[in-house]
Amino acid sequence: MEIFGVSLPAMLSQLLLGLVNGSFYAILSLGLAVIFGLLNVINFAHGALFMMGAVTTWMAMNYLGINYWLMLVLAPLVVGIFGVVIERLLLRWIYKLDHLYGLLLTLGLTLVIEGVYRSVYGVSGLGYDTPELLQGATNLGFMILPNYRAWVVVASVVVCIATWFVIEKTKLGAYLRAGTENPRLVEAFGVNVPVMITLTYAFGVALAAFAGVLAAPIYQVSPLMGQNLIIVVFAVVVIGGMGSIMGSILTGLGLGIIEGFTKVFYPEASSTVVFVIMVIVLLIRPAGLFGKEK
Amino acid sequence: MNSKNLSAIGYSLLLVGLLLAPMLGAYPVFVMKLMCFALFAAAFNLLLGYTGMLSFGHAAFLGGAAYVAGQSMKVWGFTPEVGLLLGTLSGGFLGLIVGFFAIRREGIYSTMITLALAQMLFFVCLQAPFTGGEDGLQGVPRGKLFGLISLKDDLVMYYVALAVVVAGFLVIVRTVHSPYGQVLKAIKENEQRAISLGYDTNRFKLLAFVLSAALSGLAGSLKTLILGFATLSDAHWTASGHVVLMTLVGGLGTLSGPLVGSAVVVLLENKIGDLGEFLARVSGIEWFHTLGESVTIVTGLIFVVCVLAFRRGIMGELIAWMARRRAGSAAK
Repeated sequence: MEIFGVSLPAMLSQLLLGLVNGSFYAILSLGLAVIFGLLNVINFAHGALFMMGAVTTWMAMNYLGINYWLMLVLAPLVVGIFGVVIERLLLRWIYKLDHLYGLLLTLGLTLVIEGVYRSVYGVSGLGYDTPELLQGATNLGFMILPNYRAWVVVASVVVCIATWFVIEKTKLGAYLRAGTENPRLVEAFGVNVPVMITLTYAFGVALAAFAGVLAAPIYQVSPLMGQNLIIVVFAVVVIGGMGSIMGSILTGLGLGIIEGFTKVFYPEASSTVVFVIMVIVLLIRPAGLFGKEK
Repeated sequence: MNSKNLSAIGYSLLLVGLLLAPMLGAYPVFVMKLMCFALFAAAFNLLLGYTGMLSFGHAAFLGGAAYVAGQSMKVWGFTPEVGLLLGTLSGGFLGLIVGFFAIRREGIYSTMITLALAQMLFFVCLQAPFTGGEDGLQGVPRGKLFGLISLKDDLVMYYVALAVVVAGFLVIVRTVHSPYGQVLKAIKENEQRAISLGYDTNRFKLLAFVLSAALSGLAGSLKTLILGFATLSDAHWTASGHVVLMTLVGGLGTLSGPLVGSAVVVLLENKIGDLGEFLARVSGIEWFHTLGESVTIVTGLIFVVCVLAFRRGIMGELIAWMARRRAGSAAK
C-alpha cells in the first residue's frame, strides 16, 4: 500500500522515529517549563544534563557493570543531586536579577560541563548496547516495530503523564502551582519555598537525565549530544508556551511527528521544520499555542 | 580632569596604538581579527546594552554576511568594497527578518526566538550548495580596493581594516548619542512609559535590530576579506554565546566595554595554552598541560563568575569606580 508514493511501512517507521524524537522533546520541554515556572530561569544547561544522564549510563555500564534498568533510576538520581548542588551554589544568587542572567549563567555551566566531558571522552560517539530484553522487533503485520523504540515512547509518555498528574492533581503539585503564582504568600503559609525551589530544579534536571538514559542506546552517546537538541527544545517551548504542562507534552510529541513526516516527504527540511513552524505560530498566535495572552 | 577628557585621551591612545601596532611587531592578521571581533561586540552591545534586548542569534548575522561577502568576491568577482557593502546589507536584511519575529515576544522568549532562527540559518548554511558545507567557503581573494589598491599586502589590508572598523564604531557612537539613541535608552529603562509618551517602540526596537545586525554583518564580511574564508563555526550558536561573553566581560551598555571585552576574551583564548604550561611548571600539576584544549571550560567559568560577581564588567566597574571617587572628592 502506498500513500503519495511512499510505502506505508516506510512511512510508519519514520513516524515512529519522529515519535521517539518527540518523546525527548516532550520530556525536556516539560522539565524546562517546570523549572521556569518556579525559578524564572531558562535552564540552558538542560541539554548538557541530558547528555550527563546518557554518559553516566554509559560509564556505569563500562566501569561498574551496572545495567540499563538500574540506571533508569540511578542516573536521574545522580544528576538530580548534581542539580541540587547547582541550585544551592549558583542559581540561588540570581533569582532577583533580570531573566537574561539566568540564561547566561546556565550557558556558562553548559560550556563547563560539556568541556569537562569532552576533555575526557573527545567528541566521537560511545556505543551503548540496547538491553537484551528490548532487542529485536515485533511484526505487527502492517509494520515492523523495533521493541526499544516502542519502549522509549511508552516510557516517556508514562513519565510525562505522571508528572502532569502530580503537578495538576495532588497536594504537592498544588503547593508548586501556588509557589509559581505567588511564592511569598505560600511561604507565609509555612511552606519552605527555598527547599521547594531546590527540589523542583533537581526534579527538572532528573527528567532531562531520564531522557538521557532512554537516548543512550539509540543516539550516539557523546559529550555534545545535547548541544543542538536544546535549541530545538527552545523552539518547542516557544511554540507551546510554557504556561501549561499538558501543552508542553502535546507540543513536543506533535512536533516530533511532524518532523518524522517531513523526513519522508522532504528530507532536506527535516532539521529546520520545527523552526519554520515556530515562525508560523509566532505570526498567528504570538503567545504560543497553549500560552496565555497577557 | 573630567571623564569626557579622560575617555578622549583613552580613545586617542588606543587609535595611536592601533596605527603603530604593525611597526611595534604585532602580527597584523591577529590584530585585524581582534578588531573584527571588537566591532562585532560593539554592534551586539548596541542591542543588548542600549536597547535591552538579548539576541542569541548574532552568529547568523556574522556568519551569514561572511558567506554573502565571500561568495560575491570569489564567484561573482566583485571588488572588496562592494563585497563589504553586500555583506553589511545582507546582515541588515537578516536582522530585519529575525528582529521582526523576536519583537513579537518579550524578554526570554524573544531571546529563544533569535536563537532558534539563527540555528535555522545554520542548517541552511550547512546544506546550501554554495557554502561548502562543513569546510566553509575557502579561497576568497582579497582583490583590489576600488579596483586600484591591491590588498594582498597584510599592511595595506591592516590600515583599510582599521579604517572600516573605526568608521563602524563611529556609527555606533553617533547612534547612541543621537535623539534616536535616547529613545532606545528610554525603551530599555521602561518600555511602558516610552509607549505612553507616544513612541512606537516596536519600530525603534526593530531599527536597532537592523542596525546591530548590519554592523555585525560588516564585521563578518571584513573577517572573510582578511582571512580569505568564511567558516561554518561563525554561524554556529556558540559564536553568539561568544559575543555575549565579550560584551559582558567588557561591560554592558558602555561604549568602550565591548572593545576591552573582545580583546580580553580573544587574547585569553589564544594564550590559554601558554598560561596552562606556565601553571603546570609552577604548580607541578600535570592537568594544567591540557588547559589549551579546554578553552570552553575556561570560557564557561568566566561566564559563571561574570554573572555571579562581576555583572558590570571591566569598563563598567572602572566607570563606577571613577564616579565614586569624583563623588568622594566633591564631598570634601
